[in-house]
Amino acid sequence: MKTVKVYGPGCKRCEATEKMVRDAAGKLGLEVEVEKVSDPKSIAMAGVMSTPGIAVDGKLVHTGGLPDEAKLEGWLSA
Amino acid sequence: MTTETHDTAAPRETPDWAWHLGVAGFAAVWWLVYRQLIPFSEWVTAFFPVERHSHTGEAIAFFVYDVPKVMLLLALIVFAMGVVRSFFSPEKTRALLSGKREGAGNVMSAGLGILTPFCSCSAVPLFIGFVSAGVPLGVTFSFLIAAPMVNEVALVLLFGLVGWKVAVTYLVFGLAIAIVAGFVIGKLRLEGWLQDWVRDIHSGANAPVAGEDEKLTMVERYKLGLEAVREIFARVWIWIVAGIAMGALIHGYVPEDLMARIMGADAWWSVPAAVVIGIPMYTNAAGVIPIVEALLGKGAALGTVLAFMMSVIALSLPEMIILKQVLTLRLIAVFVGVVASGILAVGFLFNLIF
Repeated sequence: MKTVKVYGPGCKRCEATEKMVRDAAGKLGLEVEVEKVSDPKSIAMAGVMSTPGIAVDGKLVHTGGLPDEAKLEGWLSA
Repeated sequence: MTTETHDTAAPRETPDWAWHLGVAGFAAVWWLVYRQLIPFSEWVTAFFPVERHSHTGEAIAFFVYDVPKVMLLLALIVFAMGVVRSFFSPEKTRALLSGKREGAGNVMSAGLGILTPFCSCSAVPLFIGFVSAGVPLGVTFSFLIAAPMVNEVALVLLFGLVGWKVAVTYLVFGLAIAIVAGFVIGKLRLEGWLQDWVRDIHSGANAPVAGEDEKLTMVERYKLGLEAVREIFARVWIWIVAGIAMGALIHGYVPEDLMARIMGADAWWSVPAAVVIGIPMYTNAAGVIPIVEALLGKGAALGTVLAFMMSVIALSLPEMIILKQVLTLRLIAVFVGVVASGILAVGFLFNLIF
C-alpha cells in the first residue's frame, strides 16, 4: 500500500489537492493512505517551497499548484 | 440527431496547432471587443431611464464601462503572466539567489518576486526554503515584500482605472521599497531574531526538487495561464464589482472638494494616517484600487492614496500572523517599521512632487 503525503498549510488548493489524490486512488481502485501535513516545519523539512506538495512513499513528486490529473494517476500507479 | 453522438464519446486531445490558433484568435477577438467598450457602455447607459449627465447617469456609465474594461485587461494580463511564470519556479529562484551578496541580491530578489509563482499561503515554507539554502535574510525579505505588493492585479487595475503613469510609478516605487527595505533589514543582522527552530533547519537545500516542470510544452504553459485566469477571477471578481460600484457611487455623489480637504496634499498627517488605516484592512488590490481612482478624481493627493494602497496590499495583518511561525515578534516589528517608513517616504515624496 502506498503512503501519500499532501503538504499544505490549509489553503483551498491544498484541500482540493487532497481530494484529487483520494479521488484518483478511488478511480484506480488502489488502496492508498493519504496523510495531510499542515505543520510549516514539516512542510519545510520535506523541501516543499510552494504548496500544495505531494510525496508518494517519501518521494516528492509535485510542488506548487494543483497536480495534473493524468500525472497524478501515474504517480499513484507507478 | 443520434448519428453525431460517437464524436463526443471519446474526447480527443486538442492538437498543438489548435491551441496556438486558439490563443491567437482569442487575442484578436479581445482587441476587437476592447475597442468597442465606450460605445457599448453608452449604449447600455442609454437603457436606463435617467439623465445621462445626472449623478445617477454618471455612476451607471462609470460602472458599465469600468467593469468590462478591467475584466478584459485582467484576463489578458493574468494569462500572459501565467505563461511567463511557467518559466520560473521557487526552486530556480532560490538557486539564483543563494549566496548572493546584499545589494545586487536585493535588486534581483525583488525582480524575481514579481516573476516567480507565489501564493501567500506558502510564504512560510518559501521563507524557510530560502533562508536554509543560504539566501541572505535581507534578500529573502526583498522577495517577500515585492511578491505580494507588485502584482499584476494591482498593476492592471491601476493602468485600467487610473492611467499608465500611476501604474508605472507604483511598479517602480513598489520595487524600490522592496529593495531598500530588504537591504536595511539585511544590514541590521537580525538572523538571531528568527524563531529558534528555523535557524536549525538546513535540510531545505539538499531536499529533492520536484523537477517535472523543467520541460513543459508550450501547450502546458497555455494551460497554466488559463488556470491562473480561472483562479484569479474566482478570487477577485466580487472585489472588483464591489470596488467599482463603490467607486461609481463616490464618482456620482461625493462633493468635488471633500476629499481634497481630508486627503489633500496640504494635510501632512494624511499620509501616516493612510498607512496606519491600511494595515488592518485586508482587502486586495482588486477592491481598493477602484475606490482609490474615485478618491483621486475628487481631489485626494496621489501620494496619500499611493501610501494607503501600498499599506493595504503590502502590510496585512493575516500575513504577519502567518509569519509569526518563523519570525519573532521583534523581527516582525522591524519588518513592519522598515516597510512602513518606505511607504511613508513614497507618500510624502509624491505629495511634494505632484
